[in-house]
Formats: sequence, C-alpha cells, structure tokens
Amino acid sequence: MTLALILIACVMLGSAAVAVTLRNLIHSALLLVFTWASIGAFYLWAGAQFIAFAQILIYVGAVSMIVLFAMLLTRQGQGTELPIGSASIMRALSALLAGGGVAGVLIGAILGSPLDVATSAPAAISVKQLGEQLMGPHAAALLVVGIILTVALIGAVLLAAVDPKEQPEDIT
Amino acid sequence: MSAVVASESFLERAPLQLRDAVVAYFPEALQWLVHHLITITVILTVFGLFFAFTTIAERKLLGRLQNRLGPNRTGLPFFKNLRLFGLTQPFADAVKALTKEDIVPANADKLLHFLAPVVVVSFSLLGFAVLPYGRNLIPVELDAAVLYFFAAGAATELAIFMAGWASRNKYSLLAAMRALAQLISYELPLLLSVVPVIIVTSTLSTQDIVLAQGGWLFGFLPQWHVFTPWGLAGFLIFLVAALAETNRSPFDLPEAESELIAGHLTEYSGFKYALFFMAEYFGLTALCGLGITLFLGGWQAPFPFLEFIPSYLWFGMKLVAMIMFFIWLRGTLLRLRIDQLTRLAWQFMVPLALINLGNAGFWILTTDWSGPMQILRWGVSIALIVVPFFFIGRRLSLGRGPRTYSYATS
Repeated sequence: MTLALILIACVMLGSAAVAVTLRNLIHSALLLVFTWASIGAFYLWAGAQFIAFAQILIYVGAVSMIVLFAMLLTRQGQGTELPIGSASIMRALSALLAGGGVAGVLIGAILGSPLDVATSAPAAISVKQLGEQLMGPHAAALLVVGIILTVALIGAVLLAAVDPKEQPEDIT
Repeated sequence: MSAVVASESFLERAPLQLRDAVVAYFPEALQWLVHHLITITVILTVFGLFFAFTTIAERKLLGRLQNRLGPNRTGLPFFKNLRLFGLTQPFADAVKALTKEDIVPANADKLLHFLAPVVVVSFSLLGFAVLPYGRNLIPVELDAAVLYFFAAGAATELAIFMAGWASRNKYSLLAAMRALAQLISYELPLLLSVVPVIIVTSTLSTQDIVLAQGGWLFGFLPQWHVFTPWGLAGFLIFLVAALAETNRSPFDLPEAESELIAGHLTEYSGFKYALFFMAEYFGLTALCGLGITLFLGGWQAPFPFLEFIPSYLWFGMKLVAMIMFFIWLRGTLLRLRIDQLTRLAWQFMVPLALINLGNAGFWILTTDWSGPMQILRWGVSIALIVVPFFFIGRRLSLGRGPRTYSYATS
C-alpha cells in the first residue's frame, strides 16, 4: 500500500514539475491533465471512489478542455514555444513569495486542523451514504454551490449572447 | 464477480465455473492475477471479434440498404472456392491496415501524434469493465460504476485534441475543434438522460440498476425502464446523444469524408487510422451496452417463459439489435450541418432532458399512488414529456421550414 502511494506521489509530483519546466505550452497543459488524473489515482488509493471518478470526469474531461481552448484561442502568432527571458532577481523573488505564501497557508491549515490519526481505518463509505449526507445535513451547502454555478452559467450565457439584430441572416 | 448460486441453470453457471477451473490450476499466490487476466482476455477477444464482425455487418447491411451487394469476395487463404459470403473481410482489412505505410508529417509533434490513437483505444476499452453481461458476469463491481463509465470516456476528447494539434495541419486542428464542440455539446444531454435512472433506482451500480428492472408486471410484462414515460424519453435522448458522441451518422461531421477528408484524422494513415475507427466502434458498443443496462433491462429476458435462455445471451442479442439499429440509421438519415447539430443539442435536447429529470422526480414521489390514481400518474408523466416536446420542437423549427428549392421540383 505504501509503495503504491510513493509511486503515485512520484508520478504526480514528477509530471507537475516537468509541466512547469517545459517550454512547449501544449505539452505543459497535457502534462497538467496527467497530473490531475494521478490525483484521481491518489483518491482511489485512499478509497474515495466517488471523488476519484468525479475528479477524472471533471478535470480530465472538462477543465482540460477549458485550458486547451483558452490556450489556442488567446495565443497570438504561429509558434507554441513560449519565449522566456533569463531569470531576473525580481522574478525569482516574486515567485518565491507567491509560492511560499500558498505553501504557508496550506501548511498552517493542515497543522491547525485536528487529525484523528489513532483511530482505526473507517469503513468504506458507499455512494448512497455520501448522497444521503449531501442531501440531508449538508443540503444547504449543496444548494449554495448550485446557486453559484447557476450564476456562473447565466453570466456565461450573457457574455456569449449576441444581439439578434447583429446576427447575420441564417440560411434556412 | 458475484458468487455462483448452485440453484441456477448449468448454462448460467458455465462461464464462471470454467474460469474457476482454469484458475485452480495455478499456485495460490498467482490466482488473483490469473483470475483478472482471464477476464481481461475474454473481454478483449469477445469485443475484438465483435468489432470485426460489426464492420463487416455494417458494410454488408449498408450495401443492401443502398441496393448493392457489399463485400462478398474475401475467402480463406488456402481454399480458393470457399468464400463464406466474404465473412473473412475484417481480417483482410486488418492485414491491409497493418502492412500500409505509416506516414508521419515532418513537422508533426511525433510523440503526441503517436500517443493520440493509443490513448483513444485504451480509454474506449475501459468502459467495458463495469457492464453487467449476465446474471453473474460483471468484470468489476463498482459502487460508482456509472460515474466510472463516463470518467473512462472523458479522455477521448483529449485524444481528439492531441490528434488534431499534433498533426501540425491547420485543417486538422480546425476539424478537431469542430469535433470537440460536438462531443462537449452532446455530453450534457447524454449525462442528463442517465440521471433519471439513477434517481429512480437510487444507485450508481450497474448491476443494481439491472436488478431493479427485474420482476414482471401482471406476471408477464417486463418492468424495464424504457416502458415508463420518463424512461422512454430518457432512452430516446440517450440514443441520439450516443449517436453524436460516437460520431455516427447523422452526426458524423467530424469525419465527413467527402468535405473534410476525415477531419482530425487527415494526417493519419495505416494502422493508426484504423485504431481511431476501432476506438469509435468500441465506444459505440460500450455506449449501447450502457443503454441496454440502464433502459432495456440489461441481461433480463423480455418474457418469463424465455428465461431459460442464459442471461448473457439476452445481453448479446440486445447488443446486436442496437448495433443493427444504428447501422440502419446510418443508411437512412442525412448528415446534419454543424449549426443544426449544436442547435439540436442546446435548444432541444438539453431542455427536454432537464424536464425529463423533473418527470423522474414526479414518478418517484408518486410511487404509492394506486388504482385510478395510477392512471393519473401515467397521464401526468406522459403529458410532462409530450407537451414540452411539441412546444420546444415547434419553436426550434419556427421560420426554418418547409424548405423551398429553386432548381428542383419535388
């Protein structure tokens, strides 16, 4: 079990590291997708089947498409090679600051939250129990998430909508 | 896999007992590995052969539908006079694809160009793992099997993007974008048509969904989901979305041989090209299997007196029937334009699928209605799907027909 965890962690972190260092944007994006998939593998290792499949479905299926479309639609010019100048002190400092800040917040949160390490392994939670928990005690949170997503959807529709007068004559 | 129940008929138990007998020959430590390897080999063999014979059936049936003979010349290598109605055609095709020159464009991204067909085939095979082929025949019993099925299919979109982009051909890239637009548009109605089944059966496990469709109404009518108003509507939406997801006619714009020279596959040749088609057929077969599992009662027999036929044969017969239906559609319908295709998805199928979701909710809330109320329940449920169908359908075709042709008389 531990060996599998080490393997998954190596693949996950390795692909993430290579994705950051690659100069080819599309390769980086595809490696990032691979990293997301390996996070799904980690969830599977941890016994969270539902979360694992949802992770694959959402990140590998949907978010990857947004990333790739955004990349292709926004990049000007021919090449996909990203020209990056030599590293300056300022750039290195700001990167360290941003990365260190996120790491600090995360480590603080992890250390601050109580962990029941001593308890024995809990029984695997079925999807049905998960659904009942979501629909029962956590229904309010689910509704809020639903409202936020609906707002985002309406916003996207408004952004994409074209005034009907401007639309060219559609061939019937 | 579930344990064998001794009371079941011999044919029902035979595949599992055969597997257990083979596994017993191996040492204790290796048995789990052999157990899974046998399952994988059987799935690969059965569906590989099924793919081969689907292609020949498709070519022959399409030939008949278009008033020609279809391939009938291929024989066996050493028997000159034995032709077998050209049934060995798929194997000749395989040899042809394998021996063809593999051309990779000089500017192509070699690695991604190679990876795309590999990814698409391997992920299209993953879906077969969770389909219940028979009463005891399910390769992997997962709690979240339906979710797994769709997660496994998620990578096809990535593969199409990889194929289009790695070719370094602007037409390939544009065609890949078109294909992605189609796949993403139809993913939504596909998923939304599946959700009612999950609501009503309140499980994501494919085997439990099939078991929920067991039993007989009045002692002889099957209780498949397709025989309920929400189930029929869901099944029809599922069928159309499945057609579009697998790039089948009338939604085969991504390939469109005559206009786009196979779209994102323009720069592929030889075996890699064949792999994409293999993946397409695997995806079609897996989606048909899922449709059978969710709506057509899975491996259940249609009538009680036909239950002596083993469950896996019922699954096979339903699968063949669905594939034949899809071939028939391909021979009948015309290809849509891309704007018609996306309009159909977003303005017609998504709203209908959402209404059908509410319909399933109504159905589950009224399970305890009985007697005359039962008739009311059916009536309301049918009205909930038929009325929006006509209203949305009329709005969709408003001002778009009937078409008049300037140079042709009907």
